[in-house]
Amino acid sequence: MSTDIPGDGVAKGPDLTKRPDLTKGATGGTMTLADSDFATDRREHDMRSALLDYWHRIKAGELGALPAVLGLISLVALFTALKPDTFLSKGNMANLSVQALPITILAMGLVFVLLLGEIDLAAGVASGLCAAVLAKLITDAGQPWYTAVLSGVAIGIVIGTSIGWLVSVLRIPSFVVTLAFFLGLQGVTLRLIGEGGTVPVRDDVIVALSNKNMPIWLGWALAGVCVAGYTATQLLRWRRQHVRRLHSKPIEFVVAQCAVVAAALLISTYVLSLDRAPSPLITLGGIPWGVPLVAALLIVCTFVLGRTAYGRHIYAVGGNSEAARRAGINVTRIRISVFMIASGLAAVSGIVAASRLNSVATSAGGGNTLLYAVGAAVIGGTSLFGGRGKARDAVLGGLVIALIDNGLGLLGTSAYLSYLITGLVLLLAASIDALARRRRSSAGR
Amino acid sequence: MADNGDPVLRLTGLNKSFGAVHVLHDVDFTVRLGEVMALVGDNGAGKSTLIKCIAGIHPFDSGQIEFDGRPVTVDGPRAASELGIEVVYQDLALADNLDIVQNMFLGRERRKGLVLDEPSMEEAARETLARLSIRTVKSVRQQVASLSGGQRQTVAIAKAALWESKVVILDEPTAALGVAQTRQVLDLVRRLADTGHAVVLISHNMNDVFEVADRITALYLGRVAADVARAEVTHGQVVELITAGRSGDLGLAPQTAAESI
Ligand SMILES: Nc1ncnc2c1ncn2[C@@H]1O[C@H](COP(=O)(O)OP(=O)(O)OP(=O)(O)O)[C@@H](O)[C@H]1O
Ligand SMILES: [Mg+2]
Repeated sequence: MSTDIPGDGVAKGPDLTKRPDLTKGATGGTMTLADSDFATDRREHDMRSALLDYWHRIKAGELGALPAVLGLISLVALFTALKPDTFLSKGNMANLSVQALPITILAMGLVFVLLLGEIDLAAGVASGLCAAVLAKLITDAGQPWYTAVLSGVAIGIVIGTSIGWLVSVLRIPSFVVTLAFFLGLQGVTLRLIGEGGTVPVRDDVIVALSNKNMPIWLGWALAGVCVAGYTATQLLRWRRQHVRRLHSKPIEFVVAQCAVVAAALLISTYVLSLDRAPSPLITLGGIPWGVPLVAALLIVCTFVLGRTAYGRHIYAVGGNSEAARRAGINVTRIRISVFMIASGLAAVSGIVAASRLNSVATSAGGGNTLLYAVGAAVIGGTSLFGGRGKARDAVLGGLVIALIDNGLGLLGTSAYLSYLITGLVLLLAASIDALARRRRSSAGR
Repeated sequence: MADNGDPVLRLTGLNKSFGAVHVLHDVDFTVRLGEVMALVGDNGAGKSTLIKCIAGIHPFDSGQIEFDGRPVTVDGPRAASELGIEVVYQDLALADNLDIVQNMFLGRERRKGLVLDEPSMEEAARETLARLSIRTVKSVRQQVASLSGGQRQTVAIAKAALWESKVVILDEPTAALGVAQTRQVLDLVRRLADTGHAVVLISHNMNDVFEVADRITALYLGRVAADVARAEVTHGQVVELITAGRSGDLGLAPQTAAESI
């Protein structure tokens, strides 16, 4: 008996051939699944009950992407009504997509940190420092773009590791550690670039990220692949669950979800593929190269968080770190790793921002950058209490923030109003989060 | 193959302090396969601390743990579960933001390559719940945050029963339960022992203890006051052991009991 202990790490179910049979209940007979068990998991749905099911989930505080999507729609409607010709212009739509890129990437990294209920106030200035390193390497040292990008990201990861170590090993609150880094890293950037200076970035590849577009056919091809891939994954998963009689969402809901995603992707591709050149002599169209970069990051992060044990452990630590520890999860390692991811993605975000401006200034990543990114994650649906959030929150929230910025800019709103409005939107998102949380814990009791 | 009645887990001379507070004094504790060992003692006697030492949550200062007759070091929760020790904690230790299946497999997820094998985990979780006659949950994909106290308790027990374990430790599993659910948990405890597990049951309820336990160990202010067969003692004696550390011939020597206070 001493050798047949449960395997190391790889989970095995109860091996009933070696153990006395537990399925024999007190009654002596083998118990089978009664029809009444887990009734909701086995429900067949029609249109009405699917809608009802969705409504119940909303009422129970499972809001998903709904608030962010509604926010996006109402903002678009609002700005279209106020500035019909400029806001919906093709040029502005392309501008908007590029504007959202750096915030989105930064926010995506922050989602990992927020999932643990921690905060990284230094992500913004870390992105600035990494961009400064990249610019120096390209412009002053004449290094090729890939060396510069790798160095920038490596520095981001080093910063993240240091923050993570201080937070998880020394147990200093992340708020304090990253506040210190927020101050300190600005000093490093200043020293690197020199006071008041800017370093130009003229490398073709880097500049192309935000300033060049994919060929139209490639844009359509990628959009097609994404739509097909998403639909196939969702439907196959539903089929697998349904065939094995596992818990599944109503098929009506899955189809609706696929339709919304497909519509959003195809409409954006269509708009961005239109010729938006200001003069009829040239043509300018296609999806900016930074967009597929964000799409790739979104797919990878969604996979890691949703489908891997590592992702599951992040949620567990965020939900109840003591439970995670008792389950044998290395909580320290998870804590360090999320800060590494946040700072690594911050570096990427800094590079995209540098590409957009064609330069890196001493103020890069400072100011509102970080707060906008945190705002984006929260608006997208990531909880500040930890344990809830998805990679897509960064994309939805990043779009909302960029929309507000862009629309108010077109309206010529004074700066003070822009701050006020952005602040109010963030407060609204945080309130929705807090209220949904209350509903969730009171539902089902 | 160990037979029923063989000691599977034996602690000798265990000491544990939190800073200056000496919580466990030279504790000896033995559990046998096929047997329910009740661990009783007043609030703060050190019951939860003792099982956390067994589970690798707390390192202890001195003492030895033997498992299946060999000395072992339990330096973490994973080491304990690899030996086949499962614990249901008093505070349950469930992650509220995860669903029932995710909680039951936490830290030991089944994978296919890199990807979590959700269907097989869901099926196994469902089978275990059904086998334990846990019928009150509507969906195994329900978040634990939305469960009632009793439901959370049953999920935590099902989590321990999911694994091929030799020793199952339950810290006050019936404290928050209604009559019917208490009945089910006690049946389950008995069933676990009858199918060859060693079960440690911590409880303040003497009726529960006398109903399912085979042996009783009483802790008094961090010392073992007695380790007796249930048949050899009465309710009253156990209550005295718990409250005074001794009862007639049983229990700590008078001066030890007095000086512990
Ligand atoms: N992490 C800790 N740090 C310091 N002291 C602790 C810690 N955990 C427990 N103690 C102390 O150890 C003693 C024993 O506590 P323990 O929780 O083991 O009691 P218990 O027998 O489980 O009581 P109850 O019946 O109330 O659950 C108490 O005095 C408690 O204050
Ligand atoms: Mg206790």
